[in-house]
Amino acid sequence: MSAVLDWSRYSSPVTQDPLWVRRLLSGMVVLFLMLFLVLPLIFIGVQAFGKGIHVYWSALSNPDSLAAIRLTLLTALLVVPVNLVFGVCAAWAIARKEFRGKNLLITLIDLPFAVSPVISGLIFVLLFGAQGWLATWLNDWQIKIIFAVPGIVLATLFVTLPFVAKELIPIMQARGRQEEEAARVLGASGWQTFWHVTLPGIRWGLLYGVILCNARAMGEFGAVSVVSGHIRGLTNTMPLHVETLYNEYQGAAAFAVASLLVALALVTLVCKVWMERQQGEVKVEKQGKE
Amino acid sequence: MRIEVQGAIKQFGQYRALDQLDLHIPAGEMVAILGPSGCGKTTLLRIIAGLESLDHGMLCFDGVEATHTPVQERRVGFVFQHYALFGHMTIFENVAFGLRLKPRKQRPAESVIRKRVLDLLAMVQLEPVASRYPAQLSGGQRQRIAFARALAAEPRLLLLDEPFGALDARVRHDLRQWLRQMHALVPVTTLFVTHDQTEAVEVAERVVVMKQGRIEQIGTMDELHANPASPFVADFMGGANLFHGRMENGTTRIGEILLESAPFQASVADAASCSPVICIRSHDWQLGRQPNGQRTWHTVVRHLRPSGAVVRLGLESLQGAGSIDVELTREQYDKHRFQPGETVFALPTQVRIFTDAPKGSVVPN
Repeated sequence: MSAVLDWSRYSSPVTQDPLWVRRLLSGMVVLFLMLFLVLPLIFIGVQAFGKGIHVYWSALSNPDSLAAIRLTLLTALLVVPVNLVFGVCAAWAIARKEFRGKNLLITLIDLPFAVSPVISGLIFVLLFGAQGWLATWLNDWQIKIIFAVPGIVLATLFVTLPFVAKELIPIMQARGRQEEEAARVLGASGWQTFWHVTLPGIRWGLLYGVILCNARAMGEFGAVSVVSGHIRGLTNTMPLHVETLYNEYQGAAAFAVASLLVALALVTLVCKVWMERQQGEVKVEKQGKE
Repeated sequence: MRIEVQGAIKQFGQYRALDQLDLHIPAGEMVAILGPSGCGKTTLLRIIAGLESLDHGMLCFDGVEATHTPVQERRVGFVFQHYALFGHMTIFENVAFGLRLKPRKQRPAESVIRKRVLDLLAMVQLEPVASRYPAQLSGGQRQRIAFARALAAEPRLLLLDEPFGALDARVRHDLRQWLRQMHALVPVTTLFVTHDQTEAVEVAERVVVMKQGRIEQIGTMDELHANPASPFVADFMGGANLFHGRMENGTTRIGEILLESAPFQASVADAASCSPVICIRSHDWQLGRQPNGQRTWHTVVRHLRPSGAVVRLGLESLQGAGSIDVELTREQYDKHRFQPGETVFALPTQVRIFTDAPKGSVVPN
């Protein structure tokens, strides 16, 4: 029982391309992957540990680095739950309800993907910045958003907004509402239906959306760079800290922090593969017994 | 539970699903709602369940108005065409769902729930699959689980939306028999939507025929066959030949065939001319090799289909009435043994003439 497809079932001499074509095509793919994915990863590792484990460790335990790690974790911790709730609500409304402006909502959810992250950041500067629309009001209340943590959180929130919703909308549309209707007829309230039927039905998609959202929230550079002001130890997130260190010719330190982001990416990928396998196995198991 | 629907109107955009519909279902009956797709039968069922709301009109359960009762308080069981089992729950949990949801005070003890679920699984003969998941069962098994789930919380009313629509013929037949037995065992009022008249025959005591959001006729299958209220019902029940005729000066003609010389009903005869629809069922014919009186139809045999106890003949009128389906018993057929290409004289034994007035008038010929 394996989720891997048995290709020999699908290929026969009649439908197969000549050997050299197959070799050439797969060779090109491998070459590209090596050049643009594997090699840079190895390079990061080599650079990070190039001056020894001691340098690596001191680069990470430096107070500025620790502050950057803390800020990144804090941002993700705030952003992911908000986007989780928003994503579920938006997907539910779009997949289940008919209302005016539904298409507008779908387009708006896509907006953060369509706009360059730098522009996303600038929007917040224009709104909350020193010369922004809300500047006087914010000044009166002594609220600082731009060049401070709230701005970073807002910009990240904006950039990562589509991840959960985009993941869930097609899943909920494909599932239809029959199970939910069945639950209602059996006496479930709206909330019970959501909790016992809707949510378990979309759990894998939801988890996947959350993981992607988290990866992006921790890795976002463009939008955060515009609103953060790069104050070391205060408003530098991990990606910004990498840039700062690199610009100061602290190559080993920069790569050390970068290696943490790479580790995050790898963990994300492993989670994704694990989840897909989990889902695939459930399906294979069910089909196998049918 | 007794159900009354009064003046029901439901509109979806331009499409009127229910159009001033009135219906009364006595308690304990098994009633089929029969109609072509788009006639509003599923909408009617969903409105009774509470999954849709009425635009106008009233719905009563046992004489108590339930038009605005929320769906979860109606205590109905609903079986969907595509089962709608909860994929992430075991079969046991699926059936137990309705019981576990009850408010804490009404909720039975875990041991009671367990016993009830296992009893229901025994009733649908699927006890061994209690710990499996829906995707591991066949379609027929899933639908039986859906029945068990619908019955678990002791509904006052069972609603079935084309419950056998997604199953193959053999399984369908078995499940219909099973449904009848189950209804005898648990005599809960059951409404059951189908577009298949043979299904309605096999399962229901009474049949409601719907057309374009209205009820066309209600009756037992026999009544609908013997006395259809309209050409639509006659056609939909099957086994009927419909002809378009002309009525002039009190006589009705199909092509060159003279049907009836005397005016048959005063109200209809008032109109000097109209275009009636004539219905002659396929087993209401006498065939012979000699003409039998003035009203004999001249036809030629086009094809022949012996099927079990009956033989179906496709005749074509030589007098411009079009094609005619005739069903003879094997015995009747063996007397003559008509062959394709042969000229045959056909005499209708019972003719119904439908004018624009809703009631058909039976004319003994």
